[in-house]
Amino acid sequence: MNYLIRRLVTFPLVMFGVSVLVFVAIRLVPGDSITAMLGTEAGLLTPEQRQSLAVYFGLDQGWFSQYWRWIGGVFSGNLGVSVTYGKPVLTVILERFPLTLELAVLAMLIALGVGLPLGVFAATRNEKRSDLAVRIFAMIGQSTPSFVIGLLIIYVLSAGFGILPSMGEFVPFSQDPLGNLSQLILPAMTLGLSFTASVTRISRSAVLDVLGDDYVRTARSKGAPKARVIWRHALPNALIPVVTLSGVEFGYLLGGAVLVEQIFALPGLGRLVLDAILQRDYALVQGSVLFVALNFMVVNLLVDLTYVLLDPRIRLGGRS
Amino acid sequence: MKAFLHGLLRHPSGRIGAAIVLVYIIVALLAQAGLTPYDPLKQFRIERLQGPTFAHWMGTDMFGRDVLSRLMIGIGQSFMVAFSSVGLAAAIGTLLGLTAAWFGHLWDGLVMRCMDVLLAFPAILLALLFIAVVGPGTFTSILAIAFVYTPIFTRVVRGPALSIKTRDFVDAARSFGSSSTYILTRHLLLNLVAPLTVQVTLALAWSLLTESGLSFLGLGTQPPNSSLGLMLADSVNLMEMAPWLLVFPAIAVMLGILGFNLLGDALRDILDPRMRRVVA
Repeated sequence: MNYLIRRLVTFPLVMFGVSVLVFVAIRLVPGDSITAMLGTEAGLLTPEQRQSLAVYFGLDQGWFSQYWRWIGGVFSGNLGVSVTYGKPVLTVILERFPLTLELAVLAMLIALGVGLPLGVFAATRNEKRSDLAVRIFAMIGQSTPSFVIGLLIIYVLSAGFGILPSMGEFVPFSQDPLGNLSQLILPAMTLGLSFTASVTRISRSAVLDVLGDDYVRTARSKGAPKARVIWRHALPNALIPVVTLSGVEFGYLLGGAVLVEQIFALPGLGRLVLDAILQRDYALVQGSVLFVALNFMVVNLLVDLTYVLLDPRIRLGGRS
Repeated sequence: MKAFLHGLLRHPSGRIGAAIVLVYIIVALLAQAGLTPYDPLKQFRIERLQGPTFAHWMGTDMFGRDVLSRLMIGIGQSFMVAFSSVGLAAAIGTLLGLTAAWFGHLWDGLVMRCMDVLLAFPAILLALLFIAVVGPGTFTSILAIAFVYTPIFTRVVRGPALSIKTRDFVDAARSFGSSSTYILTRHLLLNLVAPLTVQVTLALAWSLLTESGLSFLGLGTQPPNSSLGLMLADSVNLMEMAPWLLVFPAIAVMLGILGFNLLGDALRDILDPRMRRVVA
């Protein structure tokens, strides 16, 4: 079967599995959700009140019908109501999403803008000192957890320059572009650094791989300038692994960089999920986790579609 | 084995990676054996928040506890979580991947679709979801990390297992009347040692990273126990006053992950399945 078609067919299947997993996971949490929802006040409920709440939330029904009720709601954009925020879950998620999206885009711009040229440079200087320096940088960058990078950045800025990153209320880009960027640039750099490291590594090895290929040698022997050989002939063919990696990383970032958002006190999607879990706001956990998984899968699907554009061989079903 | 070790030591990043990992393992074992400079829980009240001195090489924390001792215990803790979770993930993943490849059909489809579902979540989110169900703690974070990495091992094993399954020596073994278990362990598993070793090493790096993240969020190891992520979390509000609380655990986390990454890279170069011919 054609690779793309198979990919598109399995997409809803996997999404169904994801929704079941999320649904079941939440129901496996010890304790009933009414107590979790009301906290200590749950003790004040009469059995009748408890029963009517259960009926209201559909908790008196079996799991199967509860699932259908929930998934039916998902399709009409109704993910339930968040207890902590007193708002529909979807509204809460969509309020947080722009920040996460912007952060992910900035981090990717940094990673591709720095990592790709660095990787190509290192590949052309194979085994020389500058190559080694780039590789050491990339290896260290890849081995440092992003939250550690974030903490170190905050420390250096606050101790060395007396600057504290602006935290607190998120300013949308449309309202105050400068304020918005000054708020996001440090977290974006934090996330971008480890992302840059992986882009550098993968583009270096991908370019090295194709530099030995026949068509590159042909281009060189025709007398094409070195820069042209690299940027015109080698790079486009080396892009596939870079696209895969960037796509997967971007998907991760869309899921919210929980730790970095936590350090920089940014109200993004990752922290929303974390808070929802800590607050035991189950409708919100269920909705936001599903939303993140959907994002992640859509990005991965787009990555696969990009392959097809980059490499026509895949279209013919050569890839299994 | 001798040739393998020789290759590893000749590989520059293999040498450095192996050295770092070895030092960490020794530190972890020393800590587990109670051989830390001080009792990691003992509070030297008058010496609170002291910078590095001869008595306390890495200073003391806000309760006057010795940072070096806590760091050693933390490394032990983080390594214990990393090794247990990766061991568990590798065991379950290998079992699932091997049986999926061997029995095929419905079982293969079922296992691989379940793995697809797990892979549809960003790793940290899946771990968070798992902890939401089971509750925070050291044991839970082992299970959560194992849960997250199992699908990766399943995939790593299933692919090569499928291709080995069709090889002549497997057919031969089958016609001799060898049992499935024998073929699976003796022929398939043995040929998968190389890719598995590489994957285990890299997974250990990831696992250290995830563990420190979970502990940093307060969902992993719980105080008064020590772990690298927890130490970093404690340093957040004190970093200007007591930077050593941040710097030492940060370096410890980074070097640990670096060690496994370097080792994993070297192992991949040495054991690369594309360069190695499958030996029966």
